[in-house]
Amino acid sequence: MSDIQNENTTKPEAKLNLQGESEMILREAVAFALGEALEADNDVFMMGEDIGAYGGPYAVTRGFLEKYGEKRIKDTPISEAAIVGAGGGAAVAGLRPIVELMTINFSLVAMDQIVNHVARFRYMSNGQFEVPLVIRTVTGGGAQLGATHSQSFESMFASIPGLLVATPSTPYDALGLLRSAIKDNNPVIFAEHALLYGVKGKVPKTYYEIPFGKAAFRREGKDITIIGYSRMAHIADEAAEILSHRGIQADVIDLRTLRPIDMETIIKSVQKTNRAVIVEETWLTGGFSGEIASRIHETAFDYLDGPVVRVNGLDVPAPYSGKLEAATIPTALKVSESIRKNLGI
Amino acid sequence: MATNELRSSDDVGFAYDLAKSELTDFYRQMLRIRRFEESSANLYMQGHIKGFLHLYIGEEAIAVGSIAALSSNDYVVTHYRDHGHAIAKGMETKTAMAELCGKSTGSSGGKGGSMHLIDASKRFMGGYAIVAGQMPMAAGIALANQYRGDDSIVLCYFGDGAVNEGAFHETMNLASVWNLPMIFFLENNLYGMGTHADRARAGGAHEIYKAAEAYAMPGIQIDGMQLSTVYNHTRATVEDIRTNGGPRFIEAMCYRYRGHSMADPSMYRERDEVEENRERDPIDNYKNWLIGNQSFDEKIIKDIDSEIETEIASAVKFAMDSPEPEPDTLFENIYV
Repeated sequence: MSDIQNENTTKPEAKLNLQGESEMILREAVAFALGEALEADNDVFMMGEDIGAYGGPYAVTRGFLEKYGEKRIKDTPISEAAIVGAGGGAAVAGLRPIVELMTINFSLVAMDQIVNHVARFRYMSNGQFEVPLVIRTVTGGGAQLGATHSQSFESMFASIPGLLVATPSTPYDALGLLRSAIKDNNPVIFAEHALLYGVKGKVPKTYYEIPFGKAAFRREGKDITIIGYSRMAHIADEAAEILSHRGIQADVIDLRTLRPIDMETIIKSVQKTNRAVIVEETWLTGGFSGEIASRIHETAFDYLDGPVVRVNGLDVPAPYSGKLEAATIPTALKVSESIRKNLGI
Repeated sequence: MATNELRSSDDVGFAYDLAKSELTDFYRQMLRIRRFEESSANLYMQGHIKGFLHLYIGEEAIAVGSIAALSSNDYVVTHYRDHGHAIAKGMETKTAMAELCGKSTGSSGGKGGSMHLIDASKRFMGGYAIVAGQMPMAAGIALANQYRGDDSIVLCYFGDGAVNEGAFHETMNLASVWNLPMIFFLENNLYGMGTHADRARAGGAHEIYKAAEAYAMPGIQIDGMQLSTVYNHTRATVEDIRTNGGPRFIEAMCYRYRGHSMADPSMYRERDEVEENRERDPIDNYKNWLIGNQSFDEKIIKDIDSEIETEIASAVKFAMDSPEPEPDTLFENIYV
């Protein structure tokens, strides 16, 4: 946990050289975007399990109930299908709901609503309706929560036409992406990594948005492209740091959103570096890394000096034991070793 | 014998003072749905309609009687046996038929199909093909109305199969906790596909409305084969919700004459059972009542019959003559 909460997380913001910045943690950035939207638009409201009186299971919405009232901060029964579906219905009827699913693991209970209804309604109605719904949820493992509470399903959602998927890794991105998500008229899965809530970063005081489908460079090099998202964007950057001691300069790309995905940035980078590694927390089999690798092979095969390498979570359910769980999740060391082994650098 | 017995059976008779034109419209609408469905079946047999086709024949009194009790600002959400509800809520038969045929002139430009009829202009919010999947969405629309202080209500249909789904129970509870202005309208035709509700529902097929008690929701059971009964009870329920807030639960006992879909030869039930239910045909009953009790001239009825025949024939022609959607529409309307 500590490895992602240190100073190495604010590089891209530092590059922006913005005037008038404040430092905040990712949790505060999310809360800021939510509060801002609630202030600005009466059609925005939130519902979810324990977001009100309890203060939010991850404390994101602490104080919201007192500030915005029961009508707009709705504590719900533990009924994920009903919550998500009701969010979809309210969106179709013209409101702009922000639904919180306590963790992405519980999204499986609501899968029918997300996939068969929320993501389908616009298309099946041939554009008669829009579904401006944001589903915020908490993703990722690494906190010894065991097999049912440590999963990362955002890549699964990214395979669904009709959904947008955002995976912020910094406070700056969380605020900018959530602003875009709330303004968007499509349903958005907004996956906040549990272990990133405490990550610090600089955020400009002037208003900005981050468009979906625009990746960010976390560092720039010439020898290899390392691609990550969510917490793995930090791991990718740490791996690049290790590589730099071996004299290897890496491009580190943080995808920010999985759908749409910024293939243009990836391809340009690979054409420069001729090598690509994708780091992803979810399982290797069926992960989004396979999709990205395939697209790189299809588009930039002639530029490659070696196979596109994937470093994913191991294909096992998350074990409880801290030692065992740690062995399942990609680390910077694993990434750098994999690069040495597979690409010979 | 699984005849759909009722706890009490009403004679035809309206509790409200209705104009002759309204009485005529009820007949016209039921017949419109019946003829639409018969023509759909023909087009399916001829290969012009593909996929799954679920016919509403036998259940027309429910869609017509309950939707007539709404105002045009109210919303309807339903399941995949949706043609009747769509037409009763005002979707044009030619638009619906073109959608069934997958044509560009259909309600969703050929992207929805039989199970996903949707008409925003009529507040007909769809046809959903996952059992009970429409119920959370319906609750969300009711929530939006409540949130805005809009007194529109949502009429949400589902079948006896849906009451065994988690989404049903989650939504019943949520709607009750939040007092959402909506009607949970159960069309109990006794069969979830081919499985009789006596074999699928704890407590049996015939008193499912009692499930509402578990969610502190008022519920009633009515004869869904009798248009006036459906109208009377739905209208009273609508007025109740507009005055006191919702939700309410109505179980209408009914019977589908045809199989679950066109692919279903109905091996699981006796022909006698179907025939016995057909004797209570909602359209025949209503027609006889109009002529016998309301002194309707048979000519009026005959005129409606031929008017509907002409309309449906022209809907079929419209659908057949319409172009298929162009491939370049394929990626339209996935995203805004």
